[in-house]
Amino acid sequence: MTTATALKSRHLLGIEELDAGEIELILETSLAMKEVAGRAIKKVPTLRGRTVVNLFFESSTRTRMSFELAEKRLSADTLGMTTVGSSVSKGETLTDTARTIEAMAPDMIVMRHASSGAPHQLARVCKASIINAGDGTHEHPTQALLDAFTIKERKGRIAGLRVAIVGDLLHSRVLRSNLYLLTKMGASVVVCGPATLIPPGLETLGVEVTTRLDAAVSGADVVMMLRVQHERMHGLFLPSVREYFTLFGLTPERMRLAAEDAIVMHPGPMNRGVEIDSAVADGRWSVILEQVANGVAVRMAVLYLLAGGEET
Amino acid sequence: MRSMFLKNVHVVDPVASRNGRFDILIEGGKVTRVGRDLAVNDATVVELPASCLVTPGLIDIHVHLREPGQEHKETIATGTASAVAGGFTAVACMPNTDPVNDHASVTEFIMKRAAEAGLARVYPIGAVSVGSKGEQLTEIGDLRSAGCVAISDDGRPVATALLMRRALEYATMFGIPVIDHCEDPSLKADGVAHEGPVAAMLGLKGLAGAAESIIVERDISVAEMVGGHVHVAHMSARQSLRAVQTGKDRGIKVTSEVTPHHFVLTDEALRWHGGYDTNTKMNPPLREEVYRVAMIEGLRDGSIDVIATDHAPHHSDEKALEFDRAPFGIVGLETAVPLCLDRLVHAGVIGLPRFVELLSANPARVLGLPGGTIAEGGPADLTVLSPDTDVTVHAASLVSKSKNTPFDGWTLKGAVAATIVGGRTVFVNPQLPEVARAFSGK
Repeated sequence: MTTATALKSRHLLGIEELDAGEIELILETSLAMKEVAGRAIKKVPTLRGRTVVNLFFESSTRTRMSFELAEKRLSADTLGMTTVGSSVSKGETLTDTARTIEAMAPDMIVMRHASSGAPHQLARVCKASIINAGDGTHEHPTQALLDAFTIKERKGRIAGLRVAIVGDLLHSRVLRSNLYLLTKMGASVVVCGPATLIPPGLETLGVEVTTRLDAAVSGADVVMMLRVQHERMHGLFLPSVREYFTLFGLTPERMRLAAEDAIVMHPGPMNRGVEIDSAVADGRWSVILEQVANGVAVRMAVLYLLAGGEET
Repeated sequence: MRSMFLKNVHVVDPVASRNGRFDILIEGGKVTRVGRDLAVNDATVVELPASCLVTPGLIDIHVHLREPGQEHKETIATGTASAVAGGFTAVACMPNTDPVNDHASVTEFIMKRAAEAGLARVYPIGAVSVGSKGEQLTEIGDLRSAGCVAISDDGRPVATALLMRRALEYATMFGIPVIDHCEDPSLKADGVAHEGPVAAMLGLKGLAGAAESIIVERDISVAEMVGGHVHVAHMSARQSLRAVQTGKDRGIKVTSEVTPHHFVLTDEALRWHGGYDTNTKMNPPLREEVYRVAMIEGLRDGSIDVIATDHAPHHSDEKALEFDRAPFGIVGLETAVPLCLDRLVHAGVIGLPRFVELLSANPARVLGLPGGTIAEGGPADLTVLSPDTDVTVHAASLVSKSKNTPFDGWTLKGAVAATIVGGRTVFVNPQLPEVARAFSGK
């Protein structure tokens, strides 16, 4: 694999559209960006005079803060708009919203939306670069990139690692982005969750699918936990929190089945005692806070590369 | 009205066992003679190009004309103009208007508007239940008297097995079928795309084939119990096709229709043009290749009775929404003939007689309509095709008021040349000047 010298698209809509060389470029650029965070003055002039709009149609604290910090460290002018729900709730179409934002001539739009594909639809009508900050249950590309960066930092590589991804596979955009990324980078992936929360056809992506957590964790170098939404916990997907934790909760006992130096990841926010035992979340395996720190560096790298990768 | 003499034209009419060159004489809106070397009286002689062929008027038994209530999408005038531009001399329109066609007054309004438009014949389909709410039978006898040719709660399934039973029992008194939009509401839930690997990876909620076939099987079982005629609307699942085939084998009166988009496209279309094009969103959804191939097989082996478009116009503002919020449906009247000729006839799946069966003879038989064959004394409803002419679909140029088609930019082999309703030439393809000349008698 050769590291790319630039990204092919002016948007980052998903990992599906990237090739391994482009992923490697983002990860290498992230390393340089991480160095900025270690300085006394954590700011570089790279995006001075550029405008970035943070367009959040779904509530988000962590991702929005992470993007804002990344934008500020690159000296971009930022403005945010958080509006829960669809454009249509205000009588507008998605296209109207896009044109309104576009009229303010932003260079980049960071977009989070509850509907899968909304950023892809916007990208067809917008001149600005669109960065997908999570669309419905489809993709969350910067999360997968920061996960990859964290894995690489800890393990020195991604290729050849055994990665277990556990939890609500059906509703997880983090899962989909990670499946694309990890398979493109040569990891061996096993996914695990309750049968009611496994989407059809995952096998076609070349990953192993199991409903037994012990089998998934056995020999894993990386265990990535996915959040299970509370609203799935009572009803037809799952009978109870108690049973979920019994079958799918990650405990220190289960981590003993993993590789000796295995790491545990979580995109946050965690449900302690639901998908993960606090002894694991706060234990020696956990790299969860490193993921948060790396998120800023990775988002700086993406913003920088989509802006053309030049000093202004 | 002048009489018209179609001289030595290639006629394809399987009901009359005709597939060859004949003369057709049209007088007073009816076909008066079909034969060889007929004498010309004072009729206008129409000599069509040799590449053209004449079929009994095509009939689309599943369209949404949107009037009354949703005239921003389509009206009876624009919908029937779209129909004749697509080669259809008659359409049957679904009752999910606003108000629902659950009362003879609505049916009469539709008939009046259709007569004013004076293009394609319009056969209204009445609602099974008041407001299509699934609670109370409509006055089906009254609807029938006003002109309804079938009943359906289309847009929704017939709500319960009991309602299906009562509807079938009651409808048999009038000899009309119950058309069902087969879909189990609990399995459908808020699904927006075929449940399979494509929807899974696009993060779209799934709508499984079994949601359709469970209700198809229910309806067939009910029809087995009480008799009556069930017609399965827009069938898309191979499980449903199997159920229909075994139902027919058991002697149950069950018929089915399939749309062109379900035998031409698959859910891969949801990835086209950067993905999530809302003109690939319809219900039933575009399914996987094995389902598409099953529909093709059903068309080939005779187990599917009818091709119908499920013409579902929506305004561009309504389609310019997020994929999961945009309405289901695409327009189909003007693309059906090119798709069928290109993908079925030219592709060697079926011959021209079977094409006419699927688009004219069987639609007439299923709904008990006049036409479906070119018979002396029958209505002079004829479609003229130019099967070897290439057609490029331009969404913006569609006659329909709405432009929601996934086939924009497609080039297909097989054009409609002209449409004749009741002896009147209501459409001549402007791309074919030699046909226009023929009809002007020059």
